[in-house]
Parts: sequence; C-alpha cells; structure tokens
Amino acid sequence: MQILPEQEIYISDKPFNLTSLNHAIQTNEGESGAAVIFTGAVRVSVEESGLTGMTLEHYPGMTEKQLADIIDEARERWHLTRILVAHRVGYLEPGDPIVFVGVCGLHRAEAFIGAQFIMDYLKQKATFWKKEHYGESTHWVDAKSSDAQAAERWA
Amino acid sequence: MNVNLLFFASFKEQLDCGRLDFELTEGTTVAGLCEQLATKGGNWQSLFSAASQSVKVSVNQEMADMQTPLQANDEVAFFPPVTGG
Repeated sequence: MQILPEQEIYISDKPFNLTSLNHAIQTNEGESGAAVIFTGAVRVSVEESGLTGMTLEHYPGMTEKQLADIIDEARERWHLTRILVAHRVGYLEPGDPIVFVGVCGLHRAEAFIGAQFIMDYLKQKATFWKKEHYGESTHWVDAKSSDAQAAERWA
Repeated sequence: MNVNLLFFASFKEQLDCGRLDFELTEGTTVAGLCEQLATKGGNWQSLFSAASQSVKVSVNQEMADMQTPLQANDEVAFFPPVTGG
C-alpha cells in the first residue's frame, strides 16, 4: 500500500504498513500542533475464544464516498490539518490491524475529538461487514446498539 | 425499466446472489421492488416480505429508504447494518 500525498482514504486487501501510515500522518511542516492515531485490531476476547480469523467485506465505491463524506464533515466541525483513514478488507488474523485513523490539528483537543468522531461515524455508516471464523464455521457479526449510540451523540 | 441490484455480506450468502439485473415498471419505489423480490420465495421472501430496520438499502451509492423512487439503470444495493471499524 503506497501512501500518496493527496490521498486520505485507503481500502486494502493487503496488510497495512503501519510505519508508512504513521510517517505520513506525522509529516508536519509546522501546520499541526498535535497528531492522534487510532488503530483497531482483530481481538480474541472471552466471548470470541476460538476465533481463528475474520473476513472483511465492503461495498466498493460507496465505502470510499462515505469515508470522504465523514472526513468532510469532520473538517466542517473542527480545524483539522491532516487526516488519513485506512481500512482492511479480505481475510485477517488475530492481532491484525483492521482500521487506522490518523488526525492532526492545531491543538490536541481538535485532534482527539476529530479522531473519535471519524471512528464513531465510520463504525455506524461505512459499508463494511465482518465475518468471524471459528475454524471451519463462520458467522456474520451483528451490529451493536452501543455503536449506534456512539454515533448519535454527534448528531 | 432495468435496475441493477447488489447484495452484500449475509444477504449475498442467504440469497446466493451478489448481483441481479431486474425489470421494473416506471415509478416503482424501493418498497415496490421489495414486494416483487419477496415473490421469488424462499430466503427472498423471508428477507423482503417484512423488510425492516435490519434491511438497509442504498440507491446509486447513497443511503435510501422504502419511499425512494427508482429510475432506469439505478444501482440498488441491499445489505445488513454495517459492522466495520
């Protein structure tokens, strides 16, 4: 996955290069006073014990548009100097990063809140679907009401 | 008129169908389309006969609802609530 200077959205079926993403978001000619980076990864908790992997599906075309809309809305709300959103599709193993959101702002408050807003809206609006694998058996993940509530507080 | 239907995630698996060209009369809404899809029986019927909160729909890659009118060559996608991130 090559990071291009003007491109803010990356959807990839290959593992992330976190070093490149971190480097891109931290590139700073003095315009940013703060950078916040969030990564979400495939988790194996008590409820998911036995989880062997996960497949991420998306709606090509619509997903990119929605992420662009979410980024635009974040910029309307706060003065954000740099934004980078990357999301995996395809097969992932426990521990693999699923999503990367990097947000820079003049001050830390904007960077923190911008990153949280983008993640909350991404989880509620962007057309991605997770399927969990437990060995040979699989099941589609159900949407959580807590994610809906997290997005609603920004309305 | 012809519309292009897309199905994603669990819907694609339940229906064993990811893409379908479908013929509709002019002026049909998403609700009318769901009624016609339900007549295909089996999982089509269970998914579309009582299309509820758990059935999301987009038209030309914008979120839509049951009242959205359809036009020739629209891309209409059906999918469950999203679970990315």
